[in-house]
Amino acid sequence: MHEQIIISGFGGQGALFAGQVLTYAGLKEGRNVTWLPSYGPEMRGGTARCTVTLSDEPIGSPITDSPTVVIAMNPPSMEMFEPRVKPGGFLFVNSSIVSTDSTRKDITTIQVPANDIAEELGNERMANMVLLGALIRATGVISMKSATVALEENLPERRRHLLPLNEKALRQGAEVVEKVARG
Amino acid sequence: MAKILMKGNEAIAEAAIRAGCQAYFGYPITPQTELLEYMSRRMVELGRVFLQAESELSAINMVYGAACAGARVMTSTSSPGFSLMQEGISYIVCSEVPAVVINVMRGGPGLGNIQPAQGDYFQMTKGGGHGDYNVIVLAPTTLQEAIDLTILAFDLADKYRSLVTIIADGMIGQIMEPVELPEIEPPQRPEQPWALTGAKGREKNIITSLYLGGLPLEKVNLRLQETLEEIKGNEVRYAEYMLEGAEIVVVAYGTAGRIAQTAIKEAREEGIPAGLFRPITMFPFPYDRLDEVAKGVEHLLVFELNAGQMLEDVHLATRDRLPIHFYGKMGGVVPSPAEVLAEIEKIASPQRGER
Repeated sequence: MHEQIIISGFGGQGALFAGQVLTYAGLKEGRNVTWLPSYGPEMRGGTARCTVTLSDEPIGSPITDSPTVVIAMNPPSMEMFEPRVKPGGFLFVNSSIVSTDSTRKDITTIQVPANDIAEELGNERMANMVLLGALIRATGVISMKSATVALEENLPERRRHLLPLNEKALRQGAEVVEKVARG
Repeated sequence: MAKILMKGNEAIAEAAIRAGCQAYFGYPITPQTELLEYMSRRMVELGRVFLQAESELSAINMVYGAACAGARVMTSTSSPGFSLMQEGISYIVCSEVPAVVINVMRGGPGLGNIQPAQGDYFQMTKGGGHGDYNVIVLAPTTLQEAIDLTILAFDLADKYRSLVTIIADGMIGQIMEPVELPEIEPPQRPEQPWALTGAKGREKNIITSLYLGGLPLEKVNLRLQETLEEIKGNEVRYAEYMLEGAEIVVVAYGTAGRIAQTAIKEAREEGIPAGLFRPITMFPFPYDRLDEVAKGVEHLLVFELNAGQMLEDVHLATRDRLPIHFYGKMGGVVPSPAEVLAEIEKIASPQRGER
């Protein structure tokens, strides 16, 4: 396995944290992992993204211009990364706020109305976990169990009470994929 | 021991703590600020010294003072801050006291930006401050290597009574990956009869970098050069990757070395016999080993995140006996493995055409 996953969105959407959960879960499953943020004077409202590498081999470059999986949480991320997904790869689109569709036939695109689902759950900030749940279900790069363990061990103390909600968001994201699969 | 996930800046800080760093002085600057923040928490917990100075000039002179008193001491900064520290570094070197400086490089010149870069290579390996000196420069690629080299830095600083630097960059500072933190016994440091510990019951020690009149300063310089020769003899370090049968060898260090490694693996999959030579000590530079490696190959490709600085050392090592190509990006731009691979392919394609 050698997966390079880019999660990209506005600052505050939780792209970096979703990447950390993925990275931590990968480590739990015995993979080599790296998590590289795009860093800058970016706070809420700016752009934030990270590249996560999960591999069975020692990791050389932690950066890539052809990721195997992309989560596009907002329109600029869609514009930037949709063309770069490696053929055969996956693109997860936050269809609540991204209105454009991918024209590519050589990748699997999955539309996830992540903000809508998160709002129904009562907290719009769960959109990142909805998308991560969809990613896990569709790609199998980590197991759902590892993701929940990673959440348990990484949610900061002050956010602990949100653990059940985060887990619910992961499951709802997975269900989106299951519905697509059922047609 | 279980591997834990750490951010680069924090991993370097924790390594310094485990190496027995007794005092840290610094001033915040992106992309190394987490290092200082980590120290501000942990050093205080451990009852050691943490002090945020009012500037980098002040921080390096505090390092100088603590080093004179015999403490295991370090500071960390990023490029513009490293420039500000040059005067103090020159004083520390002339005074022959041990200290460690971490430079998490960012895009320059000037205030530049906060992205990863390697533009401080000349400054770090060729002196940087005034006067005749060099310092040991260690270049990590992964976080595990950053931890190991940080620990080594303190030991080398003690061994040669000199300043040792780590040449890192924003990517190493910001990346998270799994690391193993070694459990270290309290460090066995060499005796420090020179340290300023209060002259009770002994002759007073004098540490200075001021030697008026010609001859005493010449003597100091000769001793410094002698130490540098010893360092060149003992401390050259490098890593090699897929050199067997390689016709094109990429020379790269740090983050660039890591990106090159992936490009080389992909080149090999395409049937291009490429390999990597990665210096770990940028000073002392592995001239002899690179010369030997170059004897068996057709092309060298130097890849750096700058305009071609280590390139000069590669020319020196090989005396231009073979074609030396250069690929680099400046100003905090980090090329992808695909871009480096394209450079390798360019070099390979006429050769492959001949066959």
